[in-house]
Order: sequence, then structure tokens, then C-alpha cells
Amino acid sequence: MSRAVIRDSLSISIAVGTYGAAFGVASVAAGLSVIQTCALSLLLFSGASQFAVAGVIGAGGSALSAIAASGLLALRNGFYGARMAPLLKVRGFKRILASQITIDESTAIALAHESKSEANARTGFWLTGIGIYLFWNLATLIGALGANALGDPAKWGLDATIPAAFLGLLWPRLTSASSKFVALGAIALALILTPLLTPGIPIIACVLIPLIVGWRVRS
Amino acid sequence: MWGAVIGASVLAFAFKYIGQSIPQSALANPRVARIADLIPTALLAGLVAVQTFAEKTNLVIDQRLAGLAVAAIALYLRANFLVMLLAATATSALLHQL
Repeated sequence: MSRAVIRDSLSISIAVGTYGAAFGVASVAAGLSVIQTCALSLLLFSGASQFAVAGVIGAGGSALSAIAASGLLALRNGFYGARMAPLLKVRGFKRILASQITIDESTAIALAHESKSEANARTGFWLTGIGIYLFWNLATLIGALGANALGDPAKWGLDATIPAAFLGLLWPRLTSASSKFVALGAIALALILTPLLTPGIPIIACVLIPLIVGWRVRS
Repeated sequence: MWGAVIGASVLAFAFKYIGQSIPQSALANPRVARIADLIPTALLAGLVAVQTFAEKTNLVIDQRLAGLAVAAIALYLRANFLVMLLAATATSALLHQL
């Protein structure tokens, strides 16, 4: 295995893993307990989906809305899995492990090294996935305990942490004209529907916009 | 709230596992791929809007918007994710104290 893969995997593991602290803080600020927050990082393990659970619950949405919003964000992990499976060629328990760590970063590292060597790509996938899993969960616990000790979320500005985190996750996706159009449309739709519907539902309704735009626009 | 935690976790794992287990050609349709690529963009944008302006079912303008504006500036300046979050959080905290 090449040194470049190990270096890439470890540096992204530490960098991304530390964001887990932000999730820990945001989740506790949204009203989840420290144990529930840690359970999300251990079991769900997909950043945007975890923030969505915290966000919808924090906004007063139902458990079902939280699951739907989180699930829609997790759909893309299925696409990553389908892309990774022919490379990883794993079965049984190993496939379960591989599935759990099929996230944005492990897929991206594997794809970045795939053209040079499939073995390196596999190493990159496993190292990155496991590395982020360890750092992400440790950081979540630290963030959650920290926020728990602080008390009133608004006093510490934590009410702005969740929207800023979503903006940070959204930002790198705004690369094409259609993605910017979809983002603006979703913001408008969510704001129009907020006074009309139960909290949580306006976010899920935003899925209509990519359905329409993605169906019609040729990229 | 445990329902949301467990339900969302089970659903996410199901998508990851199904993806690993189906033939890649099943998701190769360009229209499906395009929609799948745009769904996170729409949901994240909707979440930004709701988390910034919603107070239950009311729309309000408060210190969160200032925090978000600072976050946007930080992202535009290519700041690190955690630096951006700290800047947004500190802005909101400061305005809350005033």
C-alpha cells in the first residue's frame, strides 16, 4: 500500500473527525441527550443525516419528520455503496462493516486513488472510513459533554451553530447552475411552507424541487 | 426521541447496505443519478432556511441570521469548517448578550 493513501486517509480522518464535536454540541443544543447524541454517531454515522435529526427535533418536528429528512439525506450513501461494491468485493460481516463506513469521504478517497491502483483505493476506503468513525465518535462525546455542561444553548450562540453547519455542508455542493437554482428554490419553499405546516414537513417538501429540476434539466 | 434516533439509524444503514448489495447498473440511469445528486442540496438548503428563520411555525429575524451571515463570509473566504462554526456561534452569542 502506498504512503500517499495512508497520508490522505489519516489527514482526512482527523480533519473530518473533529467536526463530530460540532455535531455533539449541536445535537445537545437541539434537545437530545448525551447518550442519544452518541448513539447517532455510532449507529447512523453520516454527518448531514445526523445534523438533520438534530435540526428537525430542535425545530419542534416529529420523530417521523426527523427520520424522513435524515433518510432522504442518507439516500446518497446507497449510491456510494453501489459504486464501491465492485471495488471492495466483500460479503457477509465485512459487507456490513463496509456499509456502515460508506460515507462521503471514504468514497471520495477511494475514487481519488482508483485510477492508479485498486488495492490503494480499497486501503483508502477502509482507512478513511474506520479513521473517521473513531475520531467522529470520540469528538461527538467530547462536544456533547461540553454542550451539556454549558446549559442554555442561545446564551452561548449555539442556536446559530446548526444553521451554520448546514451552510457549511451545502456550500461545496453549489458548483453548477442547477444546484444553485435548487438551493434557492428549496430556501424559498421551506420559508413559504413554515407558517402553513407542522415543523419538519417544510424541509421534507424541499425534495420536490430536485425531483422536478433533475427530471427536466439536462446537465 | 429514541424513536427518531433508532429509526434514522436503521434507515441510513439500510440504504448503505442495499447500495453495497445491488448491481451498479440498477442506479445507472442518468436521471436517477441527477435527482439523487440534487436531493442533499435541496434538503440542506431547506434546513439552513428553517434553522435560521423558523421559531416553531413563525418566521423571525434574530441573532441566528447574523451568525449565518458571518458563516457565509467565512465560507467565502475559504475558512476551515470549525473556524466558520466558531465565528457564527460567537456572533450569535455576542448579539444575545447585547
